[in-house]
Amino acid sequence: MSKMAGADGDDSLYPIAVLIDELRNEDVQLRLNSIKKLSTIALALGVERTRTELLPFLTDTIYDEDEVLLALAEQLGSFTVLVGGPEYVHCLLPPLESLATVEETVVRDKAVESLRKISHEHSPEDLEAHFEPLVKRLASGDWFTSRTSACGLFSVCYPRVSKSTKSEIRQHFRTLCSDDTPMVRRAAASKLGEFAKVLELEYVKSDLIPLFAALASDEQDSVRLLAVEACVSIAQLLPQEDLEKLVMPTLRQATEDKSWRVRYMVADKFSELQKAVGPEITENDLVPSFQNLLKDCEAEVRAAAANKVKEFCENLPADSRETIIMNSILPCVKELVSDTNQHVKSALASVIMGLSTILGKDNTIEHLLPLFLAQLKDECPEVRLNIISNLDCVNEVIGIRQLSQSLLPAIVELAEDAKWRVRLAIIEYMPLLAGQLGMEFFDEKLNSLCMAWLVDHVYAIREAATCNLMKLVERFGASWAQSTIVPKVLGMASDPNYLHRMTTLFCISALSEACGQEITTKQMLPIVLKMSEDQVANVRFNVAKSLQKIGPVLENSALQAEVRPVLEKLATDQDMDVKYFAQEAMTVLSLA
Amino acid sequence: MAGVGGGNDFQWCFSQVKGAIDEDVAEADIISTVEFNYSGDLLATGDKGGRVVIFQREQEGNNRSHSRGEYNVYSTFQSHEPEFDYLKSLEIEEKINKIRWLPQQNAAHFLLSTNDKTIKLWKISERDKRAEGYNLKDENGRLRDPFRITSLRVPVLKPMDLMVEASPRRIFANAHTYHINSISVNSDHETYLSADDLRINLWHLEITDRSFNIVDIKPANMEELTEVITAAECHPNQCNVFVYSSSKGTIRLCDMRASALCDRHSKFFEEPEDPSSRSFFSEIISSISDVKFSHSGRYMMTRDYLSVKVWDLNMESRPVETYQVHEYLRSKLCSLYENDCIFDKFECCWNGSDNAIMTGSYNNFFRMFDRNTRRDITLEASRESSKPRAILKPRKVCTGGKRKKDEISVDSLDFNKKILHTAWHPKENIIAVAATNNLYIFQDKIN
Repeated sequence: MSKMAGADGDDSLYPIAVLIDELRNEDVQLRLNSIKKLSTIALALGVERTRTELLPFLTDTIYDEDEVLLALAEQLGSFTVLVGGPEYVHCLLPPLESLATVEETVVRDKAVESLRKISHEHSPEDLEAHFEPLVKRLASGDWFTSRTSACGLFSVCYPRVSKSTKSEIRQHFRTLCSDDTPMVRRAAASKLGEFAKVLELEYVKSDLIPLFAALASDEQDSVRLLAVEACVSIAQLLPQEDLEKLVMPTLRQATEDKSWRVRYMVADKFSELQKAVGPEITENDLVPSFQNLLKDCEAEVRAAAANKVKEFCENLPADSRETIIMNSILPCVKELVSDTNQHVKSALASVIMGLSTILGKDNTIEHLLPLFLAQLKDECPEVRLNIISNLDCVNEVIGIRQLSQSLLPAIVELAEDAKWRVRLAIIEYMPLLAGQLGMEFFDEKLNSLCMAWLVDHVYAIREAATCNLMKLVERFGASWAQSTIVPKVLGMASDPNYLHRMTTLFCISALSEACGQEITTKQMLPIVLKMSEDQVANVRFNVAKSLQKIGPVLENSALQAEVRPVLEKLATDQDMDVKYFAQEAMTVLSLA
Repeated sequence: MAGVGGGNDFQWCFSQVKGAIDEDVAEADIISTVEFNYSGDLLATGDKGGRVVIFQREQEGNNRSHSRGEYNVYSTFQSHEPEFDYLKSLEIEEKINKIRWLPQQNAAHFLLSTNDKTIKLWKISERDKRAEGYNLKDENGRLRDPFRITSLRVPVLKPMDLMVEASPRRIFANAHTYHINSISVNSDHETYLSADDLRINLWHLEITDRSFNIVDIKPANMEELTEVITAAECHPNQCNVFVYSSSKGTIRLCDMRASALCDRHSKFFEEPEDPSSRSFFSEIISSISDVKFSHSGRYMMTRDYLSVKVWDLNMESRPVETYQVHEYLRSKLCSLYENDCIFDKFECCWNGSDNAIMTGSYNNFFRMFDRNTRRDITLEASRESSKPRAILKPRKVCTGGKRKKDEISVDSLDFNKKILHTAWHPKENIIAVAATNNLYIFQDKIN
């Protein structure tokens, strides 16, 4: 590969030459393009020139735009073959080292990722001779950027180095955990868990636990909250009997931290924590903590905890689950139903229905149903929507009929909400509700709503209503469509408002396939054809579009006899859009 | 470093003046903010034309012995351009309202600059190498025949003259409905706050499309508006604490740990009003134009129209120290109201060891107060004493009675020459004083 093109000139070099020159083009896109094809350049240069010329050049190009540097950092992670295999993999360290010190976090992280990747390709000797010194240089660098990068590299070289080097690495990690800058302490805190995983258990206990405790009581909120995450990993590593002494004091302290952000983190990680500490500690410690988080003074924390209610209950030990939920959790949940903050209520509404499967039919009817009904009447539409969107869990346990008395007013109110996004959201649940409530109930109570949306003044609602009709027909079948909705849809064809007339066309396009050939040919087609004489051009070109859509459902004879003449006429329309769509339809339907 | 100089310890002397000497000053050249970085080696100014100029201190030990670390231009760039908000039909000025340096994180330097609406993060970096050698061009830039390329050339980096580049890294826009008056970097080094007349937002330095509103004092009905936020700053080492001052002369300290929204303050600093001095102007002159934490984090200083006050964070009922900046103007408030000077926003700053403070006044005078000895001094930023190492003579304003020699009568003060922005080097007795379009740098001369 080191032998390059012959001396007589070779035009195959030209594209490579362009790529190399464009590494320095003024246009970022071209530079980026060249960097992304770096392997092509390296392949053409051969392994030796890549090592001696290309890599030194790349080491000093850290002035470039972030996206170029990011691409470079990524490329270098899979460059081992191109520098001559694992034997030479250390040649990739200098450019990655300089990328690991830039200020842009994404670039640094990518460089660290690539360094982690190529660390595995180092032989144990090379790791000690080249990689580990790099980690040390980064760890003792002047700038925090290099020290933060070092934090991510300890865990990959630790398992593969000698005993004395190991102790040096532990020492470096200790130093970074008490670094002056919060950025480095944050990086150390976020890597504490993964470092613990590769450390011998004795050092986890003797070295990491004190560091963990120190980070968990750092003066900076942003450092303390990262220690909560480390808590999960460390708890997983330690034997059950050590947890109480080594982890729980820190976890308890975090649950009661002065800063809501730390408590938020605990709430957010609660399920992981619960799994990591096991059932016994959960029962004794986490249940009261969880109660406190559900009653926290900060709404953000309550919302995060409310989000975890279902998962927490699911993961409780089976033998005591029901007692704990009924005695400890449900009272808090009841209070949250009437919380002052709507985000808390809506977080709860998104999971509360899940409790019914855990508690069973009787408890659901007696204890949960009143809560569901209360939330269905909540003033905030998001809360009601979240309940409605999770109806299926309750349906499985007690059947939806139990709810229908309250459900209906809630749906009607949402269907008429002043905010169109709320109306849109409820439309999306209609097919689901239709399936659960059954055709009869639907016809009686909800059908008129679905038809009303067709004449909504917001286009997005009319469009969603059209699509909704299609899904309903798919569920209830063509004969239902013929008796309930087709007459209403077709009736709108003579509406004085041209927007409503167009809705008829959109509905026909959407429904024809689900309704089948007979309904389409006998009922829909005549209306569409009649509308080709509409005085509004928008209606006329939508006639052409609709014909194109329903054409495949029709028989060929109808196409030739009825559709063709109309399209031909529209193709000579005075409006250019009508002409265009008529011609398009004829081409698609092979009528041209 | 101690005291305000002018006594037995040291004298202030002239070091440098930057900016044009012309009598007519272009509006765009008026300096609107001055800020040293954390080491004091860099000094940034912003102006009404949206430009940022950064001065770097020359390394000492030059052959010219008298130039003890002069500041020279390091980088100049256009930070903000004038814009137009088409939705509100409003012009957005390019004027730089504030500059804040970030703690240094690698070889490059970073600063935040803001105008009324948009905050930008700038990177100032050096480059001393250049790549050379192309495949498709020869040394003189002539194109080579693409079919005669016989070998590939990899570019080589060669040293070149030092080049300083300023590049915009992030733009934090669309979060302020009103005019931004303050930005302040948090001690966690990952967030900063920005304050406008009615709201304070918290940003992550790496995220531009999202900010959190932490204070909102906008009343539901704007007709009920009685006060606005005038300045805000993060505590220098407690990441959860920040303060904001109001046009009513009060300061609220908030704890971000307590809740996500800091509408309820933790501490409320207010000095009881003296009923005897109550007048039509009381409220206007009590409005706080600047608030600054001491480096230690124990105290904060506020500037109102006539005085500067030092508060102990542990005592909310009244300031521990009050210094009169230009009490002689109290009788002139009526005319200062008529020419709008009463609304001037004077800033204030601490020296590196928190034992002296500085703030500006009119007639290109600026004042320094020694907190230990209670001595104060008035100095003037003027071209007349701009000989190198010339010692600044203390100025005196005649306050009633007979005018002594060397004194200036209140009536002859020039109210168009005001010193609103000053900065004190974080470690040494070097100060930067913005006087309209000129930046004066003074330093100590030890007796």
